[in-house]
Amino acid sequence: MSIDGRYPMRTIRFIIQKEFLQIFRNRLMLAFILLAPVIQLVILAYAATFEIRNIDLFVVDQDKSPESRALIDRFSASENFRIIGYSDVESAGDHALLSNDAVMILNLPPHTGRNLVRDGRAPVSLRLDAVDGFSANIASQYFLQIIQSHNEELGSMQWKADSPAHIGITVSRWYNPELNYQSYMVPGILVLLITVIGGFLSGMNVVREKEIGTIEQLNVTPISKTQFIIGKLTPFMILALVMFSFGLLLARFWFEVPFEGSLGLIYLIAATYLLVVLGLGLLVSTITHTQQQAIFITWFVFVIFILLSGLFTPIDSMPDWAQYLTWANPIAWFIDIIRRVMLTGADLRDIWVSYFVLMTYGILLIGAAIARYRKSAA
Amino acid sequence: MHNDNIIEVSGLTRKFGNFTAVDHITFEVKRGEIFGFLGANGAGKTTAIRMLTGLLIPSTGQATVAGFDVFTQTESIKKNIGYMSQKFSLYSDLTVVENIRFYGGIYGLRSRDIRRKTDELLERLGLADVRNRLIDDLPLGWKQKLAFSTAVIHEPAIVFMDEPTGGVDPITRRQFWDLIYEASDRGTTIFVTTHYMDEAEYCDRVTIMVDGRIDALDTPGGLKKKYGAEDIDEVFVKLARGGVA
Repeated sequence: MSIDGRYPMRTIRFIIQKEFLQIFRNRLMLAFILLAPVIQLVILAYAATFEIRNIDLFVVDQDKSPESRALIDRFSASENFRIIGYSDVESAGDHALLSNDAVMILNLPPHTGRNLVRDGRAPVSLRLDAVDGFSANIASQYFLQIIQSHNEELGSMQWKADSPAHIGITVSRWYNPELNYQSYMVPGILVLLITVIGGFLSGMNVVREKEIGTIEQLNVTPISKTQFIIGKLTPFMILALVMFSFGLLLARFWFEVPFEGSLGLIYLIAATYLLVVLGLGLLVSTITHTQQQAIFITWFVFVIFILLSGLFTPIDSMPDWAQYLTWANPIAWFIDIIRRVMLTGADLRDIWVSYFVLMTYGILLIGAAIARYRKSAA
Repeated sequence: MHNDNIIEVSGLTRKFGNFTAVDHITFEVKRGEIFGFLGANGAGKTTAIRMLTGLLIPSTGQATVAGFDVFTQTESIKKNIGYMSQKFSLYSDLTVVENIRFYGGIYGLRSRDIRRKTDELLERLGLADVRNRLIDDLPLGWKQKLAFSTAVIHEPAIVFMDEPTGGVDPITRRQFWDLIYEASDRGTTIFVTTHYMDEAEYCDRVTIMVDGRIDALDTPGGLKKKYGAEDIDEVFVKLARGGVA
């Protein structure tokens, strides 16, 4: 019989083994951990898009001229709009808007065609439901684009000879040439999924042992605080990386997101990022007393991080103070890095600053979790 | 410094805010003895045992366990003790064997020793048939015996037990004490708290704790004689009413 404290890795191995046994014993939880991200990724990737299609448009054509019909044809040809009704009475438009049938009313007043031919200009009006300001803004952009391209065509047809010189703009879209929202969103959603699962699982782990009472039994063994935290961290790291791999496979083969950067680098960054997430979870778990507290704190922190992550709203359009906050937001850093590596093929030289920030963050949080874990109550 | 006392406690006190849970207790435990720590619920037994096991830092006083200081050397104490807490401490979602292997492993036993001890222990407890059952599925008495055996799997010098027989039927309690005697025969010092006064008779020496203080410390026979009582129960009632002989 010998008690041997000289092999710290051995103790860690036993903790990892025990955690995995517990994870695999809870089949329902395991199925949830492995399947939920796949389902969520598919749903979110299709649902979360900035592109708006099929905006319900009601057309009030009080002119009924060839010119007014030409403009209306432009809208019906666009994928962004769906014309849900026509009328020559203005109040019909109001009615459609009030009854929620339409979100946009295009109003072509009488003599639009005549004015256009005679004066070269004719006012048309747009009314839209702006309850959802973000969507309304995008919808009005589409509207203006259609009017603008229509104007250009009219101009080139009728006033070609004396039209003033104009500046032509050619847009080249780098990295995401088809402006594919999924290429942009999928990596970001993948980040969210491993964040939420990893954060909550680790956040509830230590505090669960406190609730059951097994933590006392561990605290009375010679196990060191570092062994304890590493033993708790490793299973969730492995689990999260497995989930991440599922997500990557989906991204590559289902959503056909381009992988420009190196896969090894993607995993290195993901593992580093997970140090942050799991470190935070374990820190929360060591300072709380019930799983409820742990869930609320983890939830509070992650909601703020996610909203300020730049995934759903661009960081550049946030107010200054919020932009400064994103500097402290590991999710924002990781989303930025993973997009750059996956979509633009950035290598470690390009992203080392962001990587360094993540690494520092991870080491600090793990260190804090180890420091805050108490084997003896003061 | 060599002496026969494996635990030495002097003026040990623990306060929680204004409340003094343990109030200047002083006693020694001799190497190899079965030491009973009696008292009503809330008398301060658990607080005392948590200080001696290094789980709780005392407010004032002095104490050494296996020669190590309870203020500064808690981790060294933990290498020399086993502990069976009041709260059930095995993992209910792991099997019998998995629990034993885990605790054996974190106490640093070699895999070969863990396997051997597991077989021995299950044989002795008559639990060989349920080795692959989840702890959750076992009756409380079996769980308690298993928890005790796990707490001493690394053959510690001292084992601390906090109300180990709480909620267990009389027959299982008797069997449980057989296990305690077996460990004692192997040379392990036993420190056990209980509020079952009849269990005091099983101890070499007992102390009775009332409101955070130690009012009496002697052999069960000595206490009965001193207080002119038939049994320890009567001693306890006399002490609890504040009447010191």
